[in-house]
This record gives sequence, C-alpha cells and structure tokens, in this order.
Amino acid sequence: MKKTLNVLTGLCLLLIIFSSCKPKNAVNTVSSNAAAKSYVAPGKYDEFYNFVSGGFSGQMSVYGLPSGRLLRVIPVFAVDPEKSWGYSEETKPMLNTSHGFVPWDDLHHTELSQTNGEINGKWVFGNANNTPRLARIDLKTFRTAEILELPNSGGNHSSPFGTENTEYIVAGTRFSVPPDNVNGDVPISSYKQNFKGHISFVSVQPESGEMKIAFQIKTPGVNFDLARCGRAKSHGWFFFSCYNSEKANTLLEVNASQKDKDFIMCVNWKKAEEYVKAGKGMKKNVRYAHNTYDENKHSATSTFENDVIMLDPKDCPDMVYFMPCPKSPHGCDTDPTGEYIVGSGKLAAIIPVFSFTKIQAAIANKTFDGAYDGIPVLKYDAVLHGEVKKPGLGPLHTEFDANGNAYTSFFVSSEVVKWRLSDLTVLDRVPTYYSVGHLCVPGGPTKKPWGKYMIAYNKITKDRFLPTGPELAQSAQLFDISGDKMKLILDFPTIGEPHYAEAIPAELISKNSTKIYKIEDNKNPYVTKGEKEAKVERKGNEIHVYMTSIRSHFVPDNIEGVKMGDVVYFHVTNLEQDWDVPHGFAVKGAPNSELLIMPGETQTLMWKPERTGVFPMYCTDFCSALHQEMQGYIRVSPAGSSTPITFSTGTNQPKSNP
Amino acid sequence: MKKINNLIALIFIFGMISCSQENKNTESATTTDNSTAVSGGQEGVADDVSQKDVVKIAIGSADHTTLVAALKQAEYVNDLSNAGPFTVFAPTNAAFDALPKGTVEELMKPENKDKLQNILEYHVAIGVYKIENMLDGQTINQANLDNITLSVKDGKVMVNNSAHIIASIPASNGIIHVIDAVLLPPAK
Repeated sequence: MKKTLNVLTGLCLLLIIFSSCKPKNAVNTVSSNAAAKSYVAPGKYDEFYNFVSGGFSGQMSVYGLPSGRLLRVIPVFAVDPEKSWGYSEETKPMLNTSHGFVPWDDLHHTELSQTNGEINGKWVFGNANNTPRLARIDLKTFRTAEILELPNSGGNHSSPFGTENTEYIVAGTRFSVPPDNVNGDVPISSYKQNFKGHISFVSVQPESGEMKIAFQIKTPGVNFDLARCGRAKSHGWFFFSCYNSEKANTLLEVNASQKDKDFIMCVNWKKAEEYVKAGKGMKKNVRYAHNTYDENKHSATSTFENDVIMLDPKDCPDMVYFMPCPKSPHGCDTDPTGEYIVGSGKLAAIIPVFSFTKIQAAIANKTFDGAYDGIPVLKYDAVLHGEVKKPGLGPLHTEFDANGNAYTSFFVSSEVVKWRLSDLTVLDRVPTYYSVGHLCVPGGPTKKPWGKYMIAYNKITKDRFLPTGPELAQSAQLFDISGDKMKLILDFPTIGEPHYAEAIPAELISKNSTKIYKIEDNKNPYVTKGEKEAKVERKGNEIHVYMTSIRSHFVPDNIEGVKMGDVVYFHVTNLEQDWDVPHGFAVKGAPNSELLIMPGETQTLMWKPERTGVFPMYCTDFCSALHQEMQGYIRVSPAGSSTPITFSTGTNQPKSNP
Repeated sequence: MKKINNLIALIFIFGMISCSQENKNTESATTTDNSTAVSGGQEGVADDVSQKDVVKIAIGSADHTTLVAALKQAEYVNDLSNAGPFTVFAPTNAAFDALPKGTVEELMKPENKDKLQNILEYHVAIGVYKIENMLDGQTINQANLDNITLSVKDGKVMVNNSAHIIASIPASNGIIHVIDAVLLPPAK
C-alpha cells in the first residue's frame, strides 16, 4: 500500500513537471502554411482514406486526409436507423450473438487486410470490445460483410490485428473469465483457480474473406491488451501485451499495478498450426454466432457454431513464451523490419524495445527467468534491444515511418515523441490537445509505411472546439511528418471515441468502389424485378408487400385489406440502376427505422399496425424533383373486416363528390 | 401547378448555378493534392456502370444529332443529366429537317437562344409519363409552362395531332419518347 502511495506521489510530481513544460499557447505549434497543407479544394479528392474506430458508437468512420472531411460512417456493431442497419429484416441477423440480438458494441481497433506485409485495400476489420466479436467490412461497398462471435472471451480488446498476409486475425480476451464449456457460476474470488485467458486465431479465406476460428490458445488468467504480428523476419510470430499478471479480480487500478513488470506474450503461430495439424488441439463445446451478409441476396444469415479447437501450451512446447515488460504494458508494436517490438508500459517512464533476433537466441539458449503458470519467461536483459529513457509519461502506442523512426503517444503528458529505432534517441516532441490515445501513420503497421502524416487521436478536447454542452467531441490532430520536426496542421472532431485508426492511399480503394447493385443479380427471395411483378399477398396473418421504387413513385402506392393483428412486410426493391440514387421508405407509426435501399437492392421493413386507419408512407431520401410526390397510403381495417386486399398505382382515382 | 412552377424555377436556378460555375474557375494555387480533378456538372461524372440518362441516350443515337446539338447550344445538357425525372419528347433528325428551310440554323444563332430554349423546354416534362399511362385527350404541362395534348388511338400516341411517338426508351432519369415531328409552342 505504501509502495502504491509512493508511486502515486511520484506520478503526481512528474505530472507537475511535465505540465509546466507544456506550451501555453497552441497557436505557437501550428506552422504558418498549415492551412495550405490540409486544404483540399472543392471537387478535389483527398490523398488518403482514414478508417477510424468509433469507440462506444460501435461504428467505424471514414475520413479523407489531409482534409479531415467525414466521408462515411459505416454501421458495424450498433444499429443505425439512418441506414436501417439492424432495423431491416435483412440486416437484423448481423447483430445476433449467443446472447441474442445485441444492438450495440464498442469498436476499438481497425486492421486493413494485407498481402506480403502491405495493405491491399480489400477489407477492414473491427473488434467488439464488450460482447466479443470480430467484423469484416468490404471496401468495395463500405459495408459490414461478416461478424463472428468469439467464445471463451470477455471483452475482445486485443484485436483485430492480423498477420502479414491476413492469414489470421487475432482476438485476445481483455477479461479472463471461466471458459464457456464449464460451469461459470463460481465465486469471483476464485479467479486464480477458475479464470482463464484465451487467444483466438481467426483464419481469413483469401478470396472471400470468410472468417473461421482456426484455433484458440488457453493462457493464464491475465488481461490481454493489444497485439501485433511479426513481419518480414519475424513473420510466423505474434506478440500480445498483457497486464494483471497479479491476477486481481477487484480494484485493478491498484491491484493490477503491483508488479514492476508484466508481460508481452510471444506466440509462434506457425508452430501452433503444426500442433493443430498433429491433432494436439482439444475440441471444446461452446456456442457462438457467425453472421454473414450475402451481397446478391442482400440479406444476412446467422449460423451457430458449436465447437472450437483449443491448444494448451502445456501440451504444446515451444509455442508460447512470456517476455517481461515494465508496468502494465498497453501498446505492443512491431516495426516495419520485424526486428523491433516496442512495448509501452503505461505506468512506466521508459519505452522498452525488444529485439526479435535476441528473442530467438534466448529461446534457443533457454535464457529463461523461470516460468509463469508453466510458460517459460524470457530474461528481460537477454531480449532487450534497449530502453528509450525518460521519453515522457504514460507511453501508449507506437507507429513507424519508412525512415527508421518511431512515434509514441503519451497519454499522461499529452504529447507525441519521435525517436530513432536504431539508437533510441529522442528526436522531437509535440503536444497534443489533449490526452492522446492511439496514433496513425499511413502504412504504419506494415512493411512499407507511406509516412507523410501522423494523426493523433485524442480522448479529451475541453476548449479546442466551440462548446456543445457537457458532451464534447473527441478529436483527431493531423501532423505533417515529412520533415525532421512534426508539424501540427489540422484538428478535426470525430464520431464516438476514436481508438486505433489506419490510413491507406485513396486509389487502392476508390478504383474498386461499387456504384450500384445489378438488378439482374438480385437473389433476394422477396425481390420485385419490375413494376408489373409488384403485388400484395396474404399468408395467414402475414401481409407481404412486394413493392418497387423508382423516380418518383412506389408500386403499389395504394394498399387496402390489411387488418388488425396482421404483420406487414414491405419488401421494397429499388429499381434504379443509377449511381447515388437510393430510395428510402417509411410508414407512419412503425416502431422501426426507415429503409434506405441502394439501387438494385431489396430491403424489408416489418410493421405490426397498432390501430386502424389510413397510414401515409413515403420516400425518405431526396431522390428527384418529384421526391415529395413519392408517397402512398396503406389502409388498416379492424380484425374480421371484409375489406379485400387491393393494391395499385395510378388507377385508384378519387371518386368525384356526389 | 404551383409546385411544378417552383420546380421549374428550381431547375432554372440549377442551370444558372452551373453556368456561373463554368465562368468562375475555382482553381487554387494552394491545393496540395495531385488527385483526380472533378469539375463541371453531372454530365461530366465518370460512370460506365450506371444505366444511361436521357442525355447520354440521345448522344448515343445517330438519329438525334440535331437535338443534341440544340441541347448543347441551349445549355441544357447539364440540367437533363440531373436526377430528373424527365419525360423527353425527342424529335429525330428527319423531324428537324422537315421544318422550313433555315429554321434550325436560325434557332442555333446565339441571339435566338431564348427561342431555342423555349422550344426545347416544350419537349420536356418533369415526371415519368409512360405510354401505358397516357390517356386520350390528356394534357401535360411542359417545362416551358405550355401544354401538349395527347391523342391515343389503338395504343398509338400522337402529340398535338402532329407528332407520332415512334419509340420509347427508358433512361436512368426518366424516359425518352422518340417523335417524328418537332413540337412548336403555341403562338403568344
């Protein structure tokens, strides 16, 4: 306890020292030509796409760089009434889990798919930090194509980082928990006996992108935080930072900060593959959802998987090693050459840099410092390349440029520090406004960074923008890193809380972007491929409306014969085959969102009328000069009414007054 | 009716905006990027995937070179590339040739642009009017605010008792009815 107090006092002192060093006026740090550097003229395109996690919004956002213009918010783990994500019948299955329909999550990190250690522009992955899941977003359509639930996990934080050919995306549990296949009704204080960590290796099919849990590795009950693959010379390895080697289950703020070192876990995943092939894995009975969106059927399906293959390091020697890392490491980042693994002890005032060559030598020579739960612990001094001394306070995350430099964020001292990997010299430091979390350098987590920009994602903005009441936007700050010194050129607010983000040259994605869905390829079972096929069918108490939309009318737009107790399904097909002409659909009183239907797509809105009457329906997306005319009526009669089903467009003319 | 007038006013405003954009070139010396330039109106949008709009269909038709030239002279290409929806009554080259000698040449002169615009607007309706929905005796208020009158006999449609609809082509932003005579607005 005394020790904790001392540490805290030290922290406070350091805080005071650092904060007094901070420049008083932000204007000083903005270079005079900053506006020109971030200015993208109207009608011109940005140079990079920036994929930014939306944190507790559950979504991912896409910005252009260097302008900071918001291009799109991609719904992923949270429902989005604007895009009918999670509201239309077709998209609801995407949010299914073993816990049922989960309409929200906390998306922390992004991972762009890679080929040979370079970004290929096919997919971006996101993690769900609350109800553990992985999502894959298709970059042709900017839509979530797949969501996979992760068993034996509690908070998928150490994710969705991938290998250099996206062979695997990893998912490490932030909370250790009792495994899913045992009785979880145990005292929380039995943590040390009953709680386990699990790391999932999720394989990604190279063509389709389809994800599958290839295997899980059972680990001691620590908390996994972040991870990075080995690349180039270290390809075949994966590095996971972990904290709480104390195995505390309460007041982790204090109890998980006891030891002066926690671990980075080194996993030889090529070895793990061999063990799986050799049948060393145990099949464990678990249940998890696997949701996929079919682009031709324009609809999602959920399937439930019932087992995973589990590797136990006890049965699999030479697969897992622990590497001591000072003070509750957070970031764990591999440099472009694959030689250096940078740990960031968030309570430490140094940055330890480990050498892959030395790790291999220590393993070969068994230079161990005992074991942790039976897993060998490598000797710290034997694997250390060196420490960046006194770089700042609270190091979190490190990104890299192509010139052998690293950029590390410091939450506590609100700054980014640039340092050289070879000799660990600090080269430059800039303040951020305020309390920076992750950083992004285009191509930073690859073999070939593009450099040019570094973006800092800040947790706190306070006085940086016009105030908007108690809740303020988080922010991104764009720095020019093309010279020796980092230069702040732009602040822009973000949606939700940005955690990790990646950036990619625009042409790698823009040239493949889908414009429309071809109506002839539409395999939705409820598609209506032309106005003549539009109809209304009764099946028991279900009313199926096969509806079309095209500028500027619905077919049918007058519907009668619905009765109380009926469930109405509006299956709306957008017959347009023209870029950027979606149609919307909404009906008064429906406890649901609108539908937003892309050209050539079919989407379904379910409605249980709760009263009789005539209900207007209309197109919600300004589609044309006669958009306001794009409307109709549906009549609901009492149960037992004899009103027959009728439907039409253009023929149900008003009767003249008697 | 009032709404249609407003719409037409809107379309005119769009037209004016697009003209002023052409006049003022917003090139900036401070632009940092080297990416693809996008300029002009919607007719310039690069898109090989979508269904063709009414203008693109007309441009692709060998029978409508006079109409396309007239649309360009009247600066209506951008407007008709818009979301619409439009019904365009599109006279063939032969229809224009049937006008008194020198009429087209006269209309194409810059000083007669208003006249040309009035005639072209008389060939465009806002909204999609399909053959199957046309009724004998029906009038349609055209973009220049004058009416055309349809006559329907045995499924064949004639406009103003002078022009036959000889083909109909659906477009992404409306429909084209090919006609065999130029429609002349009523004299005022």
